[in-house]
Amino acid sequence: MILDHLAISRAAFEAGTGWQIKPEGACRGEVCIPLRNQDANAPTVDVADLAAQMGLPLVHDEALGLWSLGPWSGNDRTLVSAEAPELELPDLDGNLFRLSSLRGQKVLLVAWAPY
Amino acid sequence: MWQELRTELHPLGLEIVTVGIDTVGVDACRPFIEAAAPSHPSLIDTHHVVAERFGVTNIPNGVWIDEEGMIVRPAETSPAPGRAARPAAGPGELPQHMMDIFAESAKFQTDPAAYAAALRDWLANGSSSRYALSPDQVVERSEPRNADAARGQAHFELAAHLEQVGDHASAVPHFREAHRLVPDNFSYKRQAWSLEASVDGPLSRFWQGPAEDDPDAWPYDSDWLSEVRGFGAENYYRPFVP
Repeated sequence: MILDHLAISRAAFEAGTGWQIKPEGACRGEVCIPLRNQDANAPTVDVADLAAQMGLPLVHDEALGLWSLGPWSGNDRTLVSAEAPELELPDLDGNLFRLSSLRGQKVLLVAWAPY
Repeated sequence: MWQELRTELHPLGLEIVTVGIDTVGVDACRPFIEAAAPSHPSLIDTHHVVAERFGVTNIPNGVWIDEEGMIVRPAETSPAPGRAARPAAGPGELPQHMMDIFAESAKFQTDPAAYAAALRDWLANGSSSRYALSPDQVVERSEPRNADAARGQAHFELAAHLEQVGDHASAVPHFREAHRLVPDNFSYKRQAWSLEASVDGPLSRFWQGPAEDDPDAWPYDSDWLSEVRGFGAENYYRPFVP
């Protein structure tokens, strides 16, 4: 997740990372990471604080004034659970498609590259 | 490529979603997608979100997801039926460098028929198919990610973002850092190498190595041919494990 400031809305954090901020902590599927000092009514979250508490890497390019928030690695695996993460991407015409819209069908998701 | 399998398997309950991972985006993917004329969703992923969320580290990689949205096979080599597209060139038109790359590619080991047969078995037998893994197996078999790999992903995403905004010079050090932190992620490398214009024209993105007349301008520690010869083209794709 790319950021040019570190105070962002809870919704933006959740959409960008896939982790939901709940009373029990930061949760994804059945995995929850306990959090300290979270005010459920605050309009923004402090990404640096959440990154430190959750063990997410936060890379800073000082010259450009940008941060990149990386994924969780607490279980030493890419997948946190077998529940498919949401994936929302555009097609050639720019129309957004959500992977979750295919619930009820089996899906083969294939990555390829034109190089 | 995938359309042929989709035509066969869609009536049996399978949808295919293809995702083109490339910081160059629509312009680079369009000719391939239009040539394939897919009737399934065909998406563009300029930030390699599928790498971050699903653990894609090379292409082609496939993930199986069941009707309830549960992954039953995590990202793994998914050989496409039919031949991979290559830049068109007549006899004698290709530089030796490209001939060398094609010679190494020809040694790749995949079994598209076995992969398609496994898919058919899953469609017929669902969760009782021997190829459908339990949730615990899925997480366990997903790509390993330690703290270095997570940090490397953050650097890679920053590089991809900088490519998007046209700042190639600033992207290179972040690509380099991703390569250093996650040396076995081949798509981080191929993406970065494909953006160096060592030659002009249609071969540019497939060259994946230093320019012959200016090798010192190459900003990376490795390149496609050195890397593949180093680990052996036979090991390029991991074997399919039921």
